[in-house]
Amino acid sequence: MSMTKSKVNFFEVERAGINTTFQDSGRKNFNHIGIPISGVMDRRNYILANAILKKDLNSPVIEFAYQGPLLKYNGEKIFFVITGDVKFQIIKNNKEIIIGEPYRVFQIKNNDIIDILSTNKSVYGYLSISEDLFLDKTWGSISTNTKARIGSNNGEKLSNNQKINIDHKNNNTSFTKLNYINSKIEYIRVIKSTNFDYFTEKAKNYFFNSEFKVTKLSDRMGMRLEGKNLENKVSTNIKSEGLVKGVVQVTSDGNPIIMLADHGTIGGYPKIANVISADFDKLVQMTPGSIIKFKQVTLEEAEKLFKFYNLETNNLINQIS
Amino acid sequence: MIKNILNLGDAAVYCDFGKDVNQEINTNVIKYFKNIKDKNIEGITNITPSYNKLIVSFDLMVTNYSKIKKIIENIEINEKSEKAKKFLEIPVCCEKNLKLDNDRIEKILKIKFDKILENFFNKEYFCYMTGFIAGMPFLGDINEKLRVKRLETPRVKVPKGSVGLTEQFCNIYTYESPGGWNIIGNTPLEIFNKDNQDDPALINPGDKVKFKQITKDEYDKIKS
Repeated sequence: MSMTKSKVNFFEVERAGINTTFQDSGRKNFNHIGIPISGVMDRRNYILANAILKKDLNSPVIEFAYQGPLLKYNGEKIFFVITGDVKFQIIKNNKEIIIGEPYRVFQIKNNDIIDILSTNKSVYGYLSISEDLFLDKTWGSISTNTKARIGSNNGEKLSNNQKINIDHKNNNTSFTKLNYINSKIEYIRVIKSTNFDYFTEKAKNYFFNSEFKVTKLSDRMGMRLEGKNLENKVSTNIKSEGLVKGVVQVTSDGNPIIMLADHGTIGGYPKIANVISADFDKLVQMTPGSIIKFKQVTLEEAEKLFKFYNLETNNLINQIS
Repeated sequence: MIKNILNLGDAAVYCDFGKDVNQEINTNVIKYFKNIKDKNIEGITNITPSYNKLIVSFDLMVTNYSKIKKIIENIEINEKSEKAKKFLEIPVCCEKNLKLDNDRIEKILKIKFDKILENFFNKEYFCYMTGFIAGMPFLGDINEKLRVKRLETPRVKVPKGSVGLTEQFCNIYTYESPGGWNIIGNTPLEIFNKDNQDDPALINPGDKVKFKQITKDEYDKIKS
């Protein structure tokens, strides 16, 4: 065993995947100049990825959507974990294939490959490694915002044949795991928003009692839905004002659009509702074609549900063994 | 000052300063924005001023609506905490393929493009807000004779630096983006510079702006 100078450790990105970016808990306090919060889409799966590796819960991760990256590893052994409902495999240097399991620590050595095949009936998954990634921060966050082209990786998604450099510190890790199944949700809970009364009685009734379909025009910025026309009796435009994650705007064509992590910071469509914080993670995992039903709750209920969501996350962290 | 405070979802406070869009109301919004920002209140994750609203979002893990609402209601507004406002002169070239919508605006307003420009350049503008895309300033008020609606079908790509008009306001596209404003010209200046981490936006709410018409030669010279 040689203890000489440390080697350069890196992943070679042999396949980047569909929308693979570096993310953390987000970029705060720059909305006023047009920079949204960004950060991970599914917060719980992000936190669990770092928790299983006993890392700081706000450590950077690789977020992928649908098909993930294929990463060839160069360097001393490291550990990694993948969270989400994800199919992946490890192709060892000797061509042996190990079928991956999410929420479980695996080890890779020089020339091993992590092949993230796909997310299963969900959108996002997360890869965290035992070591630190070399990533640039912009305004306190490494989160890549591809629209404003800021954050790590020059504000771009991962591309084929690039490298991901790793700061190898031999972080202590054991083969921990967590038994967790991502549950589905029957409805997305919302609070009525500031322009709720812009809509006709019929539209209000449709909003809470009919189904909406997630369209393909959904990404890290927003989720466009399709359903019965939500008719507006006041105006399909308001004076542009600030937006936050979870706002459900209704565009002039009568369809809802939900603001997500990379949303425009201001907008001029009426706001019919806001998705509650406790339901964000489940919302963002809904694939195009899925059916959404909305259910109204009060602010007090939303706050209680968020406390419960947090408690649940903490219980999961405590179950890691 | 604040007419009405509401919740926007479970993690934001919606402060309504009134229905109208004018500089007096907007100056109030900016005053509140700066004072709340200076207080570094625990749990606040974003403060977003617009024409007549201010949205304060927070981390529901740390705080909640009633706590932040109370802080905002009782905040002492310190007039002196306002940063000195800037006066900026922005060069704009309105020649050749930089004036994308001159025909459309001429037709709608029934005024010759030269006259439109004369009116446009002969006025000082006030920055109401920045946003939508990083650093994009919303400047007003446009001369009442020059007010046009946005394009029926927005462009998929508006070139970086484009100067656009819509109703009471003009704006500048800080980088290439989709958009529906009526483009009358283009500025060679870098309006948003992400490498300037302390002050990335050249124009900020409350600043005054005057546009200056330049030739294509001058435009190319500044650009190079």
